[in-house]
Amino acid sequence: VPKKCQKAREHFGTVRTQLESLKFHEHWRFVLQRLVFLAAFVVYLESETLVTREAVAEILGIEADRERGFHLDIEDYLSGVLTLASELARLAVNSVTAGDYSRPLRISTFINELDSGFRLLNLKNDSLRKRYDGLKYDVKKIEEVVYDLSIRGLNKEATVGAGGEK
Amino acid sequence: GSGGFRKRKHDNFPHGPRREEKENVNPSSALMTSFKSFQLELDTRHDKYERLVKLSRDITIESKRTIFLLHRFTSAPNGEEILDESEVKLDAVRRKIKQVAQELIGEDMYQFHRAISPGLQEYVEAVSFQYFIKTRSLISVEEINKQLIFTAEDREETTVTTSNSHDKQPHTWSLKVTPVDYLLGVADLTGELMRLCISSVGNGDIDTPFELSQFLRQIYDGFTFIGNTGPYEVSKKLYTLKQSLAKVENACYTLKVRGSEIPKHMLADVFSTKTELIDQEEGL
Repeated sequence: VPKKCQKAREHFGTVRTQLESLKFHEHWRFVLQRLVFLAAFVVYLESETLVTREAVAEILGIEADRERGFHLDIEDYLSGVLTLASELARLAVNSVTAGDYSRPLRISTFINELDSGFRLLNLKNDSLRKRYDGLKYDVKKIEEVVYDLSIRGLNKEATVGAGGEK
Repeated sequence: GSGGFRKRKHDNFPHGPRREEKENVNPSSALMTSFKSFQLELDTRHDKYERLVKLSRDITIESKRTIFLLHRFTSAPNGEEILDESEVKLDAVRRKIKQVAQELIGEDMYQFHRAISPGLQEYVEAVSFQYFIKTRSLISVEEINKQLIFTAEDREETTVTTSNSHDKQPHTWSLKVTPVDYLLGVADLTGELMRLCISSVGNGDIDTPFELSQFLRQIYDGFTFIGNTGPYEVSKKLYTLKQSLAKVENACYTLKVRGSEIPKHMLADVFSTKTELIDQEEGL
């Protein structure tokens, strides 16, 4: 018995070194989501469109799928996109302050489309779902901005019709 | 659903412009199209997760039954039968694990790990228990994983892999029990070994307790080697392990100190005070 138990002890030793590997994905999650947000933000500012998953992966230099640990998971992508929504709500407010009255309207169209998109998803009660719950507040904030502009007649341009073509 | 609930929150807010804008969203825009595909992807993933949870439950139940069966093992004549039956049961569990492996092909194991981890831990507990009864030693994780390499041998699969087929790739699936699941399963094993110790005394076997004490101590030493560097669950189990070890050591102590004073057939009663009550509480 002691001999075989000695083998077990050695085994525990090798096991210990392998314990770390699975932790890394969780550690990287937050950073990854942050990076997705930044990529999405840059792309939005450039083109006022939603960056695609593939484009993000390219920007970040990761494989789009399935590589161990460093692939861009759909949930990370979506989390980053939701962070973009919050940032755009902020941008809408500051645009008005800076005198840009048309940007908020375009942001509003974009956010509404984003919201419609997210409504298609069946989410579980996880962190993504919680973050998604915050989207409606972003939507509301942007609508308030648009409303404030419209009752004061500041949105001289017509609301961009058929706003979903982006 | 949640959509209706959300709209109520906006009741104190002008409806006009909002409704208009939402109707302007083009349902076949690039964004909407990609979200539709996201919907499909997420649904598929969630469905798979649920299937794996169900498999994990089945694995857990059957493994637990195997453990109960193995507790009935003694060196009596029907011992061999019990071992054979346990092998049959474990084969059934392995078939379930094969299904798990098939579900996980091409998937990132990490995402689904939480679905199957409990089942795998229970399996490790059962198979290591059987291994201990046979060999009085601890099965290694490599040995466990060797048994979890599956090939297409069932009737419905051979159509894909006949020797003349162009596709020369034999279909094999394998599942690797992770080090963490292995450790947690072994930690649970110690609880069963503790029960084995107590019950073996009741059977008049006074050698097993001492063997078990040594064996458990070695396992305990192994765990302290890992200490707190492992995940939280391991630390939690370590605590229970200490208690199991203490019970076994106390049993050995009692045997040593008072064993010679008490006739064998009454030994069981000596242990039937606190320990059996605790065993009943811990029982399923």
